[in-house]
Amino acid sequence: MIEFASVRKEYPGGSVAVEDFSLTIPSHAVAVLVGSSGCGKTTLLRMVNRMVDPSSGTVSIDGVDVRSMDPVKLRRSIGYVLQAGGLLPHRTIADNVATVPVLEGRSRRQARKDALGLLERVGLDTALADRYPAQLSGGQQQRVGVARALAADPNILLMDEPFGAVDPIVRDQLQTEMRSLQAELGKTIVFVTHDIDEAFALGDEVLVLRKGAEIAQRGTPAEILANPADEFVASFVGAGSARRTLRIREVGGRSVVVDGDDRPTGVLAR
Amino acid sequence: MNWLSQNLHIVGALLVDHLVLSIVPIALAILVSVPLGWLAARYRRARTPLLTGTGLLYAIPSLPLFIIVAPLIGVPVRSPVTIVVALTLYGVALLVRGAADAFGSVPRETMLAADAMGHAAWARFWRVELPLAGPVLLSSLRVVVVSTVSLVTVGAVVGASSLGTLFTDGFQRGIEASILTGLVLTVVVAFALDAIVVLAGRLAMPWRRAVAT
Repeated sequence: MIEFASVRKEYPGGSVAVEDFSLTIPSHAVAVLVGSSGCGKTTLLRMVNRMVDPSSGTVSIDGVDVRSMDPVKLRRSIGYVLQAGGLLPHRTIADNVATVPVLEGRSRRQARKDALGLLERVGLDTALADRYPAQLSGGQQQRVGVARALAADPNILLMDEPFGAVDPIVRDQLQTEMRSLQAELGKTIVFVTHDIDEAFALGDEVLVLRKGAEIAQRGTPAEILANPADEFVASFVGAGSARRTLRIREVGGRSVVVDGDDRPTGVLAR
Repeated sequence: MNWLSQNLHIVGALLVDHLVLSIVPIALAILVSVPLGWLAARYRRARTPLLTGTGLLYAIPSLPLFIIVAPLIGVPVRSPVTIVVALTLYGVALLVRGAADAFGSVPRETMLAADAMGHAAWARFWRVELPLAGPVLLSSLRVVVVSTVSLVTVGAVVGASSLGTLFTDGFQRGIEASILTGLVLTVVVAFALDAIVVLAGRLAMPWRRAVAT
């Protein structure tokens, strides 16, 4: 369980990234923070592993204030996935995945062996183990980033726009695989994105954020789609747009779902 | 050729002196410059004083520097220690800026990723910053290597023996072969040390080639 209690972040010079934010994320759930750039979502994410310390308020994990923990140990116990994987360009794929276990004192040999298993788990050919990040495609690098975050078997995963740098087809694929991986692993995940479709695809709970990390609306994807709290949320999720307003048309005895422009998007299951 | 074969043992001894007087200051300059360059790259306030201060060292002409350094550290001018200290200063003058640029070239996102994974400051320096600064650091190091090998010869004027002794001696006694041998060997030493640095860089940074192909 991750708990934000009235956290605020003000930078020297007076700019306020987070005004006053409170949220409890239950264990094993995926919470997605979604908002435009500069809304403070990444700052919130970084408060969890103390890359940023709040100016006031507390962040706690399972009831323990993170400020009472050693930041280096805390970070090793939490998986972190960044855009483009944040891989170390001078380390092979296997060594990248083995980074945290090696920092924790595991032998390099054992850690590399474990890394191969993790690569398979995220759908990568183990033949890539001795390549360097620059020799992989964007999608492959992203998978390595996920494998690396899982290497120390953390309870918590922080994901900062992890699929932002890959093309839409690969992104869909990665999202699908992340869902099945999560069904299997049941981590507590905080996921940051500016893409509302990604938020709806992955989140158990979605938080739409305004500037200053003010929560414009909080709910399941269905709740937010059904009842956008205000104009801001409605326009952010595209409520009322052709793509979001679906109707049913009967065609040859089947119920075809069409969008606002009458373009068919699917068929109702029987 | 005749002169060379007769004086082979002298030339050999001077070559060894020259190598020692080159390698020691190069190594010391690396030890001093890497931390200073890192400070200059990471702390904006330290940058200007460090870069200007060390850069100015290079403006001091070498002969006076040898003469100033000796009494300052309390050794005779012709002592190898004088040469080593003076050439280390020149090495630092060239290398601090290169090291600052090298550490400045490490991508911010990579350092952020290193922090996020739980590298303590020391681990981040050795495992992430230094290797990624390597390529830029190496190119300034090559300049320092060649410049140091060449500057060692100036020490011969104040009496520190090196391949430069072959010039001063050859010049005074009018032996052309001696001057020529000194010249050629100095260039060969410079090339050889440069080649070793390049080779060591390739071995230490295998990812550079893997990515290029």
